[in-house]
Amino acid sequence: MPLEQLDELYREIILDHYKSPRNRAVPAEANVKAEGKNPLCGDEITLEVRVEDGVVRDVGLQGKGCSISLSSGSMMTEAIKGKPLAEATALLAGFKELMRGHEPGVELGDLEALGGVRKFPVRVKCALLAWTTLEQGLKGHNKVG
Amino acid sequence: MSYDVAAVRRDFPILSRVVHGKPLVYLDNAATSQKPRQVIDALVKYYTEYNANIHRGVYLLSQEATEVYEQAREKVAKFINSPGFESIIFTRNTTEAINLVAYAWGRGNISAGDEIVLSGMEHHSNMVPWQLLAKERGATLRFVEVLDDGTLNIEQLYSLINGRTKLVAMTQMSNVLGTITPVEEIVRAAHDQGALCLIDGAQSAAHLPVDVQQLGCDFFAFSAHKMLGPTGVGVLYGRRELLEEMPPFLGGGDMIMSVSLREATWNDLPYKFEAGTPNIADVIAFGEAVDYLARLGMKNVRQHEKELTAYALAALGELGPDIRIFGPRHAEQKGGVISFEYGGIHPHDLGTALDYEGVAIRAGHHCAQPLMERLGVPATARASFYLYNTKEEVDVLVSALKKARAYFGDAVRTA
Repeated sequence: MPLEQLDELYREIILDHYKSPRNRAVPAEANVKAEGKNPLCGDEITLEVRVEDGVVRDVGLQGKGCSISLSSGSMMTEAIKGKPLAEATALLAGFKELMRGHEPGVELGDLEALGGVRKFPVRVKCALLAWTTLEQGLKGHNKVG
Repeated sequence: MSYDVAAVRRDFPILSRVVHGKPLVYLDNAATSQKPRQVIDALVKYYTEYNANIHRGVYLLSQEATEVYEQAREKVAKFINSPGFESIIFTRNTTEAINLVAYAWGRGNISAGDEIVLSGMEHHSNMVPWQLLAKERGATLRFVEVLDDGTLNIEQLYSLINGRTKLVAMTQMSNVLGTITPVEEIVRAAHDQGALCLIDGAQSAAHLPVDVQQLGCDFFAFSAHKMLGPTGVGVLYGRRELLEEMPPFLGGGDMIMSVSLREATWNDLPYKFEAGTPNIADVIAFGEAVDYLARLGMKNVRQHEKELTAYALAALGELGPDIRIFGPRHAEQKGGVISFEYGGIHPHDLGTALDYEGVAIRAGHHCAQPLMERLGVPATARASFYLYNTKEEVDVLVSALKKARAYFGDAVRTA
């Protein structure tokens, strides 16, 4: 039954994050805020982060989107929370590599589950939305900081 | 004679394709239609037998190509009941046809304080050219609102059109909701106040009988690829008197009468508006597409699609409270376009799941972001039918939707 082939894209962990997204609360005293939009699908997300002493102390992600964009965002918040900025940036670079079909070069953990998205070129943008939003936010932060 | 959809389907080679192990169910016709063998053959025939540039060669091949190219123009003129071939200008697509009017007519006729009336259900291609024009000229855009039932507030139209209105530009059929608009009334309302009226026929020309003289419109724009023809060909119909007075849109070869170093005089209609070598092969193949539609009869096409739409509205409606259908709920009021939301599943996820069942639908904003905003959704799923679709395919759509619903379960309704 072809719908079962969908499992390649929608791995269990992806659907789990989609149905119960993590880190939806706005962090107290957030000092990084960025908004991401994917005009093609109408997805809109807001990412807020509290960075202290070069460490991602807290992160919150709200918005609407498809399962791929929301689960990718949810997994991202889990992956970067508590990490030094340098590690978060390395994850960001590694995840982008994964989406390009390259070796990520870092341990991506659960995020590897999104590797199947590569076969669906139009959905790569969905998977990247939260990450490019993070990138935008951190750029602004680094300038200010 | 009853409409023989099985015979029609045999003319479309692509309809026997298998995708992801399932027979293709192509329901994205509002984006582009599939092409019958006759159209594909016409392309091959041109390139294998008489490929040559037109309107200039003195040799046989060029004469043949010119003749068939101009025959296509005659066929198109007849298809929409244009009073003459001079009113039929070939462009790249509907978008270019509308831009032609916005530039060649708009720049000479719109000035500060003038008003252009559009509707809230326009495709971006009948919105952005007017935004550019209005901004450049200090003109104002006014919008007829879309009512909750997906129809236009026509009473409001009368209050929006006034002495300052220079143009009313509106779709005859919404590419999102399928809504058929009362074009004749819209044209009359525009003319009563001395304004011109452009009709975006990108959807309607493919699915409804169109008679530009009966509609009374000043301009009518449509695309070949949505009506069995190739991509890369659009048509602008314009009233001859208006086209005569308009300056050219693009300058170059073929659109001139004579050129000196510093100036040029313009060729006759419609060539004045067709600069450079046109899309010869695709225009010729479009002529075949028009023949195909004329043979079937647009009334029969409309009837077939109306029955299919009524069947689909009923079948989708049976999916219960989980489905939300946007736009008119009666097939008489709309073309074969159904936008919907289902089970809180994001349209992109729905589109991917349906693809695995062989069903091709569109998911997104359908180049109508203002309308999406009016509907209060970021995107919708859209199934759109054409003359080769069947009730059995609607059944496949419905069963694929049920499978997708089971697969995604009670996905969160994100807000």
